[in-house]
Amino acid sequence: MATTTAPAREARTGPPSILLKTVMAVTGLVGIAYLLIHMYGNLMILVGPEAFDEYAHHIRTFGEPMLPEKGLLWIIRVALLASLVLHVWAAATMWRRANAARSQRYVMTRRGYGNFYAKAMRWGGLAILTFIIFHVLHFTTQTVTIGEAHASPAARVLDTFSHWWGVLIYLAAMIFLGLHLLHGFWGGGHDDGAELLAQARRADPVRLHPGDHHHRGGLHDPAVRHPVRASRLRTADL
Amino acid sequence: MRLALKIWRQDRPQAKGQMVRYDIDGVSEDSSFLEMLDLLNEQLIAKGEEPVAFDSDCREGICGQCGVVINGEAHGPERTTTCQLHMRSFKDGDEIVVEPWRADPFPVLKDLVVDRSAFDRIIQAGGFISANTGSAPDAHATPVPKEHADRAFMAAECIGCGACVAACPNGSASLFMGAKITHLGELPQGQPERDARVVSMTAQHDAEGLGGCTNLGECTRACPKGIPLNVISQMNADLRHAGYGR
Repeated sequence: MATTTAPAREARTGPPSILLKTVMAVTGLVGIAYLLIHMYGNLMILVGPEAFDEYAHHIRTFGEPMLPEKGLLWIIRVALLASLVLHVWAAATMWRRANAARSQRYVMTRRGYGNFYAKAMRWGGLAILTFIIFHVLHFTTQTVTIGEAHASPAARVLDTFSHWWGVLIYLAAMIFLGLHLLHGFWGGGHDDGAELLAQARRADPVRLHPGDHHHRGGLHDPAVRHPVRASRLRTADL
Repeated sequence: MRLALKIWRQDRPQAKGQMVRYDIDGVSEDSSFLEMLDLLNEQLIAKGEEPVAFDSDCREGICGQCGVVINGEAHGPERTTTCQLHMRSFKDGDEIVVEPWRADPFPVLKDLVVDRSAFDRIIQAGGFISANTGSAPDAHATPVPKEHADRAFMAAECIGCGACVAACPNGSASLFMGAKITHLGELPQGQPERDARVVSMTAQHDAEGLGGCTNLGECTRACPKGIPLNVISQMNADLRHAGYGR
């Protein structure tokens, strides 16, 4: 067969994909940190409506008089919005790149590949984004109300969750969020080469063979002295 | 064995291809997948038809030339290369769908043959070491800890077949790059260019239009050499150490 060459392709430009993944990991961690604080605040409803309202009031006066009223609240809002925009921008860029890398799809793909929650990152992420917009319209701006309008934040929560469809919306959102974090947190740790989840990797059923000791004895294992790492730039030794 | 094959036929790079069905009989279950295709081609030639083009070279699972997607799996249902896949992995009467690697950076040249020059350019960008010419150094002149040597050998098993790209839903070559970066990065000889290597190789990977990793793990599942996913962590850690090349 005569040598055939494919037409030259144009080089793709833009930020490195791995940098985009790092942006997603960092902004994702900001989101997780916020969720933990948010959850702590929400748990106040179990103490009682007064405790919940007091907490809601307190985050508006937190840091006074060093900060103006709602000062901390706005710092958090700006940080969250910036993280969200960056997270979605990086995800959208990666999504576009993935589609461009395989414009011709397979006739047949392996059944049941990957974890379903891992495959749900993109459309699941869109579902969460939709929920976040709804959630802000609901509890922050109060443009949308479930039940009646109340001056007390605790009363708004209690009214919302006395409607079955209010419960359903929030329950569905929590499931989507949980699945997103399941892959996102694991994947983030993996991307960054963090040892945080090394255990999970070692239990990786995909591959075990004699030469493969995963991260044990790897460059980040503190149990092993690393002359290799130490001699990074000593070219004279070679 | 009697089989119904559905094979991607495409005349030339820009041509529009299609799946074509071929019925084949008398296939030995001891023949390899490529021998089965050879048998099909003999029959096609006898009938005066164009044989199915596919890549192969060593046929012993070490060169990385062969590789097609069989029933939706790169290199088919076993953890091995297409040439080392045998027909005993299939049942009499099976329908087998055979497609080329699908990735825009790997354009189809003809039928099942794709152009994997993108991998060559990634290797050219950084998959090398500098070595002094002259007589070979003493074997013990540069000690390498056993654990590092083991991990380097493990990563060096990568034969550059491209199954990781073919299997990845994002069309990413992260496993291939991670294997090369880990292989050279675990050894003293790989240290001088270590930072430059990861920066250049990942930049070339992106320029080729390959996708990004989302940790689905399809690559490591498809890899005939079972390169583990942690080589991608290594690549990311090395790129971070190199300051993303900025």
